[in-house]
Amino acid sequence: MRVALFVTCVNDTLYPRTGQAVVRLLERLGVEVDFPQPQTCCGQPQFNTGYRHETEPLVRRFDRAFADHEYVVTPSGSCAAMVRDNYPRIGAKAAAEGRGEELAEAAGRAVPKTYELTEFLVDVLGVTDVGAWFPYAVTYHPTCHGLRVLGLGERPRRLLEQVKGLELRELPGAQECCGFGGTFAVKNAAVSAAMGADKVRAVESTGAGAVCTVDNSCLMHIGGTLAKKGSAVRPVHIGEILAATEEEPYV
Amino acid sequence: MSGTSDTYLGMPAFPAAARDAVRNETLRENLRHATHTIRDKRAKAVAELDDWALLRAAGRDVKERTLRHLDHYLLQLEESVTAAGGTVHWAADAGEANRIVTALVKQTGQSEVVKVKSMATQEIGLNEALEAEGIRAYETDLAELIVQLGDDRPSHILVPAIHRNRGEIRDIFAQRMGSWGRPALAGLSDDPAELAEAARVHLREKFLRAKVGISGANFMVAETGTLVVVESEGNGRMCLTLPETLISVVGIEKVVPTWQDLEVFLQTLPRSSTAERMNPYTSMWTGTTDSDGPRTFHLVLLDNGRTDTLADEVGRQALRCIRCSACLNVCPVYERAGGHAYGSVYPGPIGAILSPQLRGTGSDVDASLPYASSLCGACYDVCPVAIDIPEVLVHLRERVVEGGEVTRNGERVTIKPAKGHTAERAAMRAARWVLDHPGALRAGQRLASRTRRLHPKRLPGPGRAWTDTRALPEVPAESFRDWWQRTRGGAR
Ligand code: SF4
Repeated sequence: MRVALFVTCVNDTLYPRTGQAVVRLLERLGVEVDFPQPQTCCGQPQFNTGYRHETEPLVRRFDRAFADHEYVVTPSGSCAAMVRDNYPRIGAKAAAEGRGEELAEAAGRAVPKTYELTEFLVDVLGVTDVGAWFPYAVTYHPTCHGLRVLGLGERPRRLLEQVKGLELRELPGAQECCGFGGTFAVKNAAVSAAMGADKVRAVESTGAGAVCTVDNSCLMHIGGTLAKKGSAVRPVHIGEILAATEEEPYV
Repeated sequence: MSGTSDTYLGMPAFPAAARDAVRNETLRENLRHATHTIRDKRAKAVAELDDWALLRAAGRDVKERTLRHLDHYLLQLEESVTAAGGTVHWAADAGEANRIVTALVKQTGQSEVVKVKSMATQEIGLNEALEAEGIRAYETDLAELIVQLGDDRPSHILVPAIHRNRGEIRDIFAQRMGSWGRPALAGLSDDPAELAEAARVHLREKFLRAKVGISGANFMVAETGTLVVVESEGNGRMCLTLPETLISVVGIEKVVPTWQDLEVFLQTLPRSSTAERMNPYTSMWTGTTDSDGPRTFHLVLLDNGRTDTLADEVGRQALRCIRCSACLNVCPVYERAGGHAYGSVYPGPIGAILSPQLRGTGSDVDASLPYASSLCGACYDVCPVAIDIPEVLVHLRERVVEGGEVTRNGERVTIKPAKGHTAERAAMRAARWVLDHPGALRAGQRLASRTRRLHPKRLPGPGRAWTDTRALPEVPAESFRDWWQRTRGGAR
C-alpha cells in the first residue's frame, strides 16, 4: 500500500522528528510513504481565526498535492479535523457566494482520503500492535479535535496499550481542553495559560514521565508550560512512541 | 443603541475582563466548584436515558422547523392567546418593549412589581427602565435576589449568583435586605437552610402585596396560546398566580407549535440544566381564567435582533437555545473567566454567539466574544438542541475580521471589519502567499534554522503573552521537508 504523508506545517517546521517517526513506523508496517512536495498547510489557523477566504487556495493546494493518492495520513488530529469538518463548509460557502462548485469538489475529494495517524493504523491497516517498545510511564491527553470532531475514541489508547514496556497512566480531567486553541493562546492569553496550568497539574499528578497526544500543537502548549515550570515530564507525540522499538529506541 | 441594556454598555473587550477574572482566586474557585459539580451530575442524568441522542435530534428538529416558519407560528400564537383572553403586544426592540411594559404597569396604578427570573427582561434592561419611571421591580428568584440585593449582575443563565459563595451571600442578605423590604434576622449565619428561610420571609411579604407580576417563559405553545415556566423554587409560580395582572415578556424564538413538542423539551431541559429528571415546578398558563390567577394577561413578544439573526443561515441555530446552561457548565473558558466577562445577560458559549448576533459586532466586547473560545467543542457535545457553537463562533469571527453582508433591522447591509485587525489581516495575507509557494516556505524554514541560536526566549508584542507562561519550542536544525529531500532526494 502507498500513502501520502501530510506532515502539516507545524510538524514540518518545528517537529520534523514526528514526521520522521511516522515514516519509520509506516514503513515498518509495510506501507510505502510518499511526501508530495506541493503540500504546505491545511489552513486551520487562518480559518479558525475568521479568514476563510485566505484558506481557499490551501484547499485547492491540498487537493492538487494529494491528487495521486488514495490515502493521506497526517500525524495531527486538528489538521485532519480541519480537512474533514471544515473543507466541506468552505466549499459550500464559496458555492453559495456564486464562485462555482470547484472548491466544493476539491473538498469532496479531500475528505474521504484523509486520515489521522491512529485512525489509519486501526481502521485501514487494522493493527493495534505496531511492535513498539517504549519502557516508560505515559499519560495520554485526548485532544479536543481528536476527541470530539474526529471521534477517535479508544483508538489511540488501544495502540498505546499494545506498546511493550509502556505503562499507561489515567489522566484526571482528560477530556478538558488544554487551552491551546490556535490563536486563542495569544488572543486570550490569560485564560489559555490558566487552562494550560491546570492541564499540566493534572499531567504531573499522574507521575508519568511523558505526556502524549495525537497533535503537536496542543503538545507545544502543554510542553511549553511544563518547560517554563521546569517540570521533568516530556511531551511526546504518539507517532514517536509508536515508532520506537528496541532496535531503534526513542531518544 | 436600542438593542442593548444600559447595564452592559461600555464593557471592556472579553480578553481584558477575563484577565482580571482569572486573577480573582475566590471567583475561580467558586466557579470551578459549581461548574464541575453540576457537569458531573448532568452527565449522570443524561446517561440514564438511552434515547438521549434521539431526544436531542428531535429537539433540534422541532426548533428548526419552528424557526423556518416562525411568522406562521407567531400569528397562530397571537390568535390563541387573544382567544384565551390575553392581549399580545409586539416589540421590535428593547426600547419598545420597555415602553410597552412601563405603560401597562402604569395603567394598573401600581408602583411595584414582582418578577420571576426572566432573561428577556434582563436583556432589555427592564428593571432600570421601570426604575426610571418610578416603578420598583422585585426579583423573586433566589439567585436573582442575591444579584439584585448585591447591586450586581447575573453571571450564569441558571444560577445568576454562581460567582458568590455562602459567606458572601450571608453578608449581602444581612446588609441589604433591610433597604429592599423586610430585613434579615440579626445573627444570620451562612447555613443554606437559614439563608433560604431569610429569602422566603423577605419574599413572602412581596408576593402577598404585589398586584402586578412580570415573567418570562421557557416555551409558548402556538396551538393553545399556553406559556410555560419551569423552575426549581416555586417562586415563579407565586408570581404567576398571586398578582391581578401578569405581564410576560418573551423572545419570539420561544414558540413551539404544539403541546406534544413540549414532551421533548420537558425531558431534555431539566436534565441538561439542573441534572434533574423533572423540574420541581412546571407552570403553564393560558390567557385568563375566571376566579383563578391573574385577571389580566399581557404577552409582549420581543424581537430585539432575533429576526435579523434568523436571516443568517449559519448563525440562526443560536435561536434554538432553550437556555439550559449546560454549555456554560462544561466550558473551560467560562470556568476561568466567569460570566461577567461576556458583557451580557447571556454568558458562556451561547452568549459568545448570541450576543454578537442580537447586538451586532459593533462594540469592543461584541467583536471580542467570538474569540472567547478555544473551539474545544465541549459545548456542542452537551447542547440538548445540538447547536454547533464552534461553527457559529468561526462564522462570526469571519464577520469580525472580514466584514460582509448582514441583516440589521431587517435590511441587508454591508459591514466593515471591526477595528484592530489590520496587522493580523496583513499577516494572514502574507502567510497565504508563503503557504501557496512551497519554495518560499522552505526558504523561510531554512532561514529560521540557520538563525535558531539567535531566537529570543521571550517575544515582544502580542507574543509576549505566550512566553510569559510558556517556553517556545526550539527551531530544529532541519525541517522535515529538507530531511526528506536529503534522505530520499528525488523520490516524490
Ligand atoms: S446553547 Fe445549548 S447547551 Fe447552551 S444554554 Fe442553549 S440549549 Fe443549553
